[in-house]
Amino acid sequence: MAVHYYDQNDINTDLLFPGKYTYTCATGPEIIDHLLEDLDPDFRNEVKPGDVIMAGTNFGCGSSREQPALGLKYVGVSAVIAKSFARIFYRSSINQGLLLVQSPEAVDYYKPGDKVTVDPARGILEVGDAEFSFPPLPADMLEILEAGGLLNWIKQNDV
Amino acid sequence: MGQTFVQKILGRAAGKVVKTGEIVFVEPDLVLTHDNSSAIIGKFESTKPGGKVKYPDRIVIVLDHVTPAATSKHAAGHSRVRKFVAEQGIQKFFDVGCGICHQVLPEQHLALPGGIVVGSDSHTCTYGAFNTFATGIDRTEAAGLWITGRTWFRVPETIEINLEGYLQKGVSAKDLILTIIGKLGSDGANYKAVEFHGSSVGGLLIHERMTIANMGIEMGAKIAVFPADRVTQNFLFGEELCKDAVWSDSDAEFCQVHSFDLDKIVPVVARPHTVDNVCAVSELPETRVDQVFLGTCTNGRVEDLKSALEVMKGRKVVPSVRMLVGPASRDEYVKALQQGIIEEFVKAGAVVLPPGCGPCLGAHQGALAPGEVCLSTANRNFKGRMGEKDAFIYLGSPETAAATAITGVITDPREV
Repeated sequence: MAVHYYDQNDINTDLLFPGKYTYTCATGPEIIDHLLEDLDPDFRNEVKPGDVIMAGTNFGCGSSREQPALGLKYVGVSAVIAKSFARIFYRSSINQGLLLVQSPEAVDYYKPGDKVTVDPARGILEVGDAEFSFPPLPADMLEILEAGGLLNWIKQNDV
Repeated sequence: MGQTFVQKILGRAAGKVVKTGEIVFVEPDLVLTHDNSSAIIGKFESTKPGGKVKYPDRIVIVLDHVTPAATSKHAAGHSRVRKFVAEQGIQKFFDVGCGICHQVLPEQHLALPGGIVVGSDSHTCTYGAFNTFATGIDRTEAAGLWITGRTWFRVPETIEINLEGYLQKGVSAKDLILTIIGKLGSDGANYKAVEFHGSSVGGLLIHERMTIANMGIEMGAKIAVFPADRVTQNFLFGEELCKDAVWSDSDAEFCQVHSFDLDKIVPVVARPHTVDNVCAVSELPETRVDQVFLGTCTNGRVEDLKSALEVMKGRKVVPSVRMLVGPASRDEYVKALQQGIIEEFVKAGAVVLPPGCGPCLGAHQGALAPGEVCLSTANRNFKGRMGEKDAFIYLGSPETAAATAITGVITDPREV
């Protein structure tokens, strides 16, 4: 499990997935070729299932495009830990089944090399030797996240 | 304690009194999607094979983002959408050439006071200009809404922004909203609603309100909303379509209050690469540009085009600059043609684009080369936004765009 740490605020949707590909890349295999292309070109080759991303405030600001959340879920990122998230990205991540953890204290505490583990059920985040708690999602949203995203939830509930 | 706009509108939709922070489930009046409908169709069909959308009359689809199609792959997407709307009996479909969704919906009187509109486009917040609760969602949620007709909202806190005084000559609504975003920051209204109040509101015309509401998302706002008043009624041909309008009570609770004196607003730009990186044009060091783009859902209306021409006063675009002009919709294009505006731009050396999003999102029609600089009237200047990560985008008003086109450097429109 590796931590991809970006000491940066306002990491926007264009940095996570450039707009010029928005209407030609829609699925996981198509998105992965350009994921984080203008932020960290090595990311897509280095990321492994279970990795986490850490960043500053307003992560995911900008467009409503879902390729950032969908792509991160597709490559197996287990959680994005940030000081805060932009609203549409936050919603989109629930819809994609991608876990977001808002914890400014944990991001500030993190030092390169620290091990990071997330326990969403208990609302606990471990960074190195420290523990941080984070508020759980409201029950309705947690149900969607745990179903693996909105469309899986719709299928399971036959609505 | 009185209620805010969002408490009233979400409460009415949920059929109960709602509190800030509460999660409510509602059925929006309209679900907007655009070129991304093609991908949404894929999600819909894999979730509900052979199924029908729940409310075909609540779906509106506008092809505007990469129109006319730039590649056969884009064309295939458009084609899939045309087939789907025919199969599903979706009447509110606007094909290539109608214009940008955020211009088309208001023109069609689909964004109405007191209504709830969601769209798989972050600038859906534009309809706040019409007293609509309007906000962006992702494609997956749009697919879910096509199937179920409902979604959830957290009732947000509300920021009150008071506007007093008058904008001076050469200063526009774009300068005002950029100044507001510069002060509040790009996450200053994150998860929150923004209401515009004050004695200046009544004097702001529809196109100005649209420019302001359009950029609400650039400070993170869930919605950015104006009251429905005489200006709204004039646009909607009377009181009938305003009958569901709501507004906050005088004793509603706001989490923050900010005030802006419009007389003190000056021409500003947002510098690369964030929208809140705002400074006065007069404080900018000499900044040469390669391209000027006048258009988009922020500033592509006939009033914007006209304001730009008034600054140009018959002067030509300098040879070192490519000026692109994109009317926001077919209707705006026709108005500009009838008023001789298009001819003036063409004679001045500008390239007139078809109605649509144009180069705003970097997919076609005027991408930038590495190292190039663009002054754009769009709403976003993120790194890579116009197709090239090593290019530089400054955001400004139509007037500043015009002054820049005739001088080749970013210029205060009051100085030319």
